[in-house]
Amino acid sequence: MESTQIDVTYIARLAKLNLTVEETERFSADLNQVLDYVAQLEQWDTTDTAPMYHPLPVYDAVRSDCPEPSLSNDAAIANAPAAEEGQFRVPKVVESAH
Amino acid sequence: MLNGTISYWRQKLTSGAITPTELVEEIDRSIQEHNPTINAYISWDKESALSAAAQADLSLPLGGIPIAVKDNICIKGAPTRCASRMLADFRSPYDATAITRLRTAGAIPFGRANMDEFAMGSFGKNSAYGATNNPAAPGHVPGGSSSGSAAAVAGGMAIAALGSDTGGSIRQPASHCGIVGMKPTYGRVSRYGLVAFASSLDQIGPLTQNVEDAALLLNVLCGHDKKDSTSSLEPTTDFTAGLGKSIKGARIGLPKEYLSDGNDPAVKAALQTAITKLTELGAEIVEISLPHAEAVVAAYYIIACAEASSNLSRFDGIRYGHRAENTNGLDDLYSRSRAEGFGPEVKRRIILGTYVLSSGFYDAYYAKAQKVRALVARDFANAFEQVDFILGPVAPTPAPALQGADMTPLQIYLADIYTIPANLAGLPGISVPCPQPAGARPVGVQLLGKHFAEVDLLRVASALEQALA
Repeated sequence: MESTQIDVTYIARLAKLNLTVEETERFSADLNQVLDYVAQLEQWDTTDTAPMYHPLPVYDAVRSDCPEPSLSNDAAIANAPAAEEGQFRVPKVVESAH
Repeated sequence: MLNGTISYWRQKLTSGAITPTELVEEIDRSIQEHNPTINAYISWDKESALSAAAQADLSLPLGGIPIAVKDNICIKGAPTRCASRMLADFRSPYDATAITRLRTAGAIPFGRANMDEFAMGSFGKNSAYGATNNPAAPGHVPGGSSSGSAAAVAGGMAIAALGSDTGGSIRQPASHCGIVGMKPTYGRVSRYGLVAFASSLDQIGPLTQNVEDAALLLNVLCGHDKKDSTSSLEPTTDFTAGLGKSIKGARIGLPKEYLSDGNDPAVKAALQTAITKLTELGAEIVEISLPHAEAVVAAYYIIACAEASSNLSRFDGIRYGHRAENTNGLDDLYSRSRAEGFGPEVKRRIILGTYVLSSGFYDAYYAKAQKVRALVARDFANAFEQVDFILGPVAPTPAPALQGADMTPLQIYLADIYTIPANLAGLPGISVPCPQPAGARPVGVQLLGKHFAEVDLLRVASALEQALA
């Protein structure tokens, strides 16, 4: 893999994370150094190797489909930054029709 | 300063020499005295611990024993901040399974141990609630990310503690603070209620004053949990079963790749002492090779950051956590809430993780790292055909100074080289302190075992601990 310059401004937009100019500069320098380092992975031949997404074999782990007690409405919204009438209060996201 | 292991205090409790309430008071006094200089705890709730103590059932295995808990493991009704501004006002609506299990065994979860924010860091300095000092080497870092858990145990502010280990975050601070730290096999302990960092690597485990206490805690913590689809169905057993038994004939591998010239002289000496003691005990030390040892840091940071960027997307300022004020639309609310809530290292890793998962780079970085991970795991599978255990350093150096020269993120990441492999391969690992000359910083050695072979691993760790004492 060619060492690529990371476009921190673009990536921060994908991550929905506002960065200051100073953070953008610092992270660009830090992360380009990290990416230069991880480019060494290229030297290892993985032609016939399957990716290992999990340390141990995982089988379909599903519980029986029976209703069980869960958090009450009050408990579920207790940590909400804004709540009203048992619901999360969010900014308006749908504009009214013109 | 509070001394004494779980066994010691259990004996005091069951003989009536001390009551559970008095023990909580004792720990509270020690925290009040030492926490201002050590900063091992972000918060502790004496009243709820006292009410649990009043009802403690001393007939249970950990009846009346307070246990400190890393700030990323949910305790119902208690702050669970992950040492982040993002969760400054968060109180968990439920207990993590590890906490439920502690309570069922009679233990009292007491105190939220400081940590690197969202478990991202090696020195305990990435906390929104201040850095933690190392009680065993004042002026030095305690290690991380389970910095407060290690410092509380080493500093006599906790009998034992829970931590979490994603790339060494239990074993490395244990080594830097001169205590025992154990990461069980992936899947042994339920991750339900552990705030997720990198889900294929995270594992809860104990930080204790000795190997026996680690075994006692594993007895309580391990077991299948239907609330964690990755928790193992492997039967649990009495993890103390091997303690005190002979290790004659045990075959212990020493990876030649771990004998780096870059290791600090104190780390080399500790390893040599461990080799000598294990040989005297009748173990056979076998030189082995882990050909992909130098690839682990690169693979790990790609995988861990990728998983973290996904896991931390839940912090959006809507359902819980910090929400920015006076925002302009949904995107602005997300982006500013996250900017205000997360600290620098968390942001750095989210950016790296998002980058390696982004279109056009996924195969080159993320998929490649997961393939290299498979090679690393195969190295261990091959090694464990020849040997039963693997001995190595925990970290290349003892704890750096708290106010030391700033290291670049890459330099900090590289120091995880000896602890990361166990996470990538899902193996159990334990850090055992190696006694040092007076005034020197603590140094531990690490033993790794086969998947689910904790009983054997604890047997060897305990024998080594006794021989080093």
